[in-house]
Amino acid sequence: MNHFARLFAELDASTSTDAKIAALKRYFAAANPRDAAWAVYFLSGGKPRQVVPTAVLRALACQRAGIDDWLFDASYQAVGDFAETVAHVLPPPERQSDIGLADWMEMRLLPLRGADPEVQAERVAAWWNELDTAGRFLLNKLIGGAFRVGVSKLLVQRALAEGAGIDAKLVARRMMGYTDGTVAPSEERYRDLTANADVGPKDQGQPYPFFLAHQLDVPLADFEAKLGSPSDWGIEWKYDGIRAQIVKRGGQVWIWSRGEELITDRFPEIVASAMPLPDGTVLDGEVVVWKDGKVAPFNLLQRRIGRKALTKTVLSDAPAAFIAYDILESEGVDLRERTQCERRGLLERVVAAHSSIHLSPIESRPTWQALSALREESRARGVEGFMLKHRDARYGTGRRKQDDLAGGAWWKWKIEPLRVDAVLIYAQAGHGRRASVYTDYTFAVWNRIPKDAAEAERVVDAIVRREPAAADALQLVPFAKAYSGLTDAEFQHIDRIIRQTTIEKFGPVRSVKPTLVFELGFEGINRSSRHKSGIAVRFPRMLRIRDDKPLHEADTLQSLEALLALHHGGEQAADTDAGSGENEVDVQAVR
Amino acid sequence: MYAAINFMNADLIIQRAEGLYCPVGDFYIDPWQPVDRAVITHAHSDHAVRGNAHYLAAAPAEAVLRARLGDIDLQTLPYGESHDHLGVRISFHPAGHVLGSAQVRLEHQGRVWVASGDYYLAGAHADSREDNATCAPFELVRCHTFVTESTFGLPIYRWQPQAEVFAAINAWWRGNVDAGRASLLLGYSFGKAQRILKGVDASIGPIVVHGAVESVNRAYLAAGVSLPPTQLVTDIADKSLIKRALVIAPPSAQNSLWTRRLGDYSDAFASGWMQLRGARRRRSVDRGFVLSDHADWPGLHRAIAATGAERVIVTHGQEAVMVRWLAQQGYEASSFQTAYGDTDDSDTSGEFDAGSIP
Repeated sequence: MNHFARLFAELDASTSTDAKIAALKRYFAAANPRDAAWAVYFLSGGKPRQVVPTAVLRALACQRAGIDDWLFDASYQAVGDFAETVAHVLPPPERQSDIGLADWMEMRLLPLRGADPEVQAERVAAWWNELDTAGRFLLNKLIGGAFRVGVSKLLVQRALAEGAGIDAKLVARRMMGYTDGTVAPSEERYRDLTANADVGPKDQGQPYPFFLAHQLDVPLADFEAKLGSPSDWGIEWKYDGIRAQIVKRGGQVWIWSRGEELITDRFPEIVASAMPLPDGTVLDGEVVVWKDGKVAPFNLLQRRIGRKALTKTVLSDAPAAFIAYDILESEGVDLRERTQCERRGLLERVVAAHSSIHLSPIESRPTWQALSALREESRARGVEGFMLKHRDARYGTGRRKQDDLAGGAWWKWKIEPLRVDAVLIYAQAGHGRRASVYTDYTFAVWNRIPKDAAEAERVVDAIVRREPAAADALQLVPFAKAYSGLTDAEFQHIDRIIRQTTIEKFGPVRSVKPTLVFELGFEGINRSSRHKSGIAVRFPRMLRIRDDKPLHEADTLQSLEALLALHHGGEQAADTDAGSGENEVDVQAVR
Repeated sequence: MYAAINFMNADLIIQRAEGLYCPVGDFYIDPWQPVDRAVITHAHSDHAVRGNAHYLAAAPAEAVLRARLGDIDLQTLPYGESHDHLGVRISFHPAGHVLGSAQVRLEHQGRVWVASGDYYLAGAHADSREDNATCAPFELVRCHTFVTESTFGLPIYRWQPQAEVFAAINAWWRGNVDAGRASLLLGYSFGKAQRILKGVDASIGPIVVHGAVESVNRAYLAAGVSLPPTQLVTDIADKSLIKRALVIAPPSAQNSLWTRRLGDYSDAFASGWMQLRGARRRRSVDRGFVLSDHADWPGLHRAIAATGAERVIVTHGQEAVMVRWLAQQGYEASSFQTAYGDTDDSDTSGEFDAGSIP
């Protein structure tokens, strides 16, 4: 553990990629392969199921520290991380130990899962007593998962590859599924990652690393100059679903999400449609809910994912389908070095001949202007805009640099977000790097247009006096939470204002005097009976601070209704009272 | 006569818009707005503001106070000596925070109040190895009512032994020397910088200080505090020396033009706030060293218990937490809202940057 703790400290201390890679390489070169197997697992985002419940850990920490619950809460609010809070409140250790990471996991932690809470508490207390603050922090993270070290999976792969003298893409491919929790890390699996190129992985269901797309930030006028002619590009609609690969080998089908989660069991109808594919086929595409001959809103897919049991009702309410847009393997041959154009031809033939899988249509127009006009149909079609894929591009690994637009990258040409000017009414401190800074905000709109500035001012005064609003009076109605889109400096600035204008504190949340107007952007809007406003928005984030906008000119529920009508092209928007609201669905959480 | 009766049981310190106020003696302690008579606990700029008509401070604070505020009407008292004013006996007692920092003891008709100002002591048990070596260590003063700061009033703040912190700084500096890059250590120029100078191993390489640090160093040296020799970056003719140097500068120097003179460097920040990973990451420095000039959680409790006070009034920092905790321990606890920095729970100004010293 000390060895791993040193690595962690080095990774945590440095902001330089080179320094992190160097630290990782030093660690892997020196570490026992059993320990290294677990280190790779954790550093790449592996999360074991929680060994000891948080409630047990928390009660134990309070007891060992001799503090009350409320004092632990106050501490947690300042720290913003449970594992770290526990590490800091405990009294100094009385013993020392040095047990390897693998032994920690296999001999100590994993056997404790499901044990009697008293046994768990007794063991954990003894372990805390033999570790310093850094060691305790790590132990708490091992117990609870959720490691965030500031190392990406790509860095780990690079360090492993450089250490072993092999291609990082090969390591990446071998690492697919390494953290999915189905097989425990082991010396053998670790050695497989870094074995020579000719000793391939044996797992039949292995997918390929996903080629990620990134945002195109170029004005339309520059498209021609930067991207060339539209005819050089494969242009497809960008679906709002779950990015996935279908692997068909040896008579079996696997479905992998982009989070490298095996999601085969969640989508039996897609498995059925992929069964007729020939062995040795891997398709890349999007899992969506398909209803009435088109893609349904993401909320339905979210609802589907939220369900544990796939009952008949669930399957008929939210039937899933796979829209294929790439083929990575055919007849067992890796096609990733073929051009986009060649792969597309193959994809069309394979899909047409063998299965009922949907094919992502290619749109073509002679000019970018014409495509831009077509893109305006996105909302009505239930898609997010276009994907641009260069005809000559290979299927790459991970993200590419922004400097070479016509190079190998896939570009997201998304439609402009929906926008609303909203008023900040509650704030909560963030976590991790943003602990103790108020960065998570709740926004409201007016329930009707204020008559004038004075009427809005009276409402604000009543809020400050904590007078409840009459039901039919002018009031601010909360409708969205957002915590991204501002720079660190802007967050610091808003944080100061929040502290100065706090009305009340409810635990970690502060209500503030409404003074700040923000322009919020979001990707989608739906009715929701679970929200006070009756409306749920998708991916809300702050686009800018509207210092120029007086409070009474902020938007209203009617503005949201208008967006709803626009977004759904006059159709009745589905009530999405199921699922977890407006946030992106976390496929990782699906088990 | 009337007044005297009135004052018999009245509080010796109350809160006013201008600052903490002693009604009997008609003076303020660390007012944040200019007043006629100001008793000053220490020379940090949020405690010693400009524009007061008369200043009273502990003698060792004089040099820094004058360096900051210029030609002021300043009267000083050595630690432990008292001055009677309108029947209130005023004396200063070391607070261990920075050079000249003091707790203010007020005695009137047998009642004793102590206002702590900012103070430093660490750990649940007295240990001289943890004293601040650049100033007189915190002195426990018995009183009936203790007005205490609470900057680090949460159980997550327990300082590790100083020797370990300085060993970590030395190791970081040595590592940078080996890698051929300068070591930029950011810390408040008045107090923190001198503690670092006093604590590091000066044999590792040359020590360079920012101009803001240099002017405070002079006041420390004048007061008889020994510090290792330092140079200004402009004094260094051989630029290769900088690659081996420990460079001490105020936090405002981070990413400033000034740092361009350093070439390749690793940066670090020394502060109690560095205890938390989040604060360290927000600072965006390579390293955070947990070195505070304020009492940690056990230190606060040790100080409060040792005063023997039954009543405790909590100021700047974690007032709500401390008041609740103290009430649970059986103290009569309340708080004053002060304007010393914006300490709430942000890391921006709890330890004040006196980097503007001319």
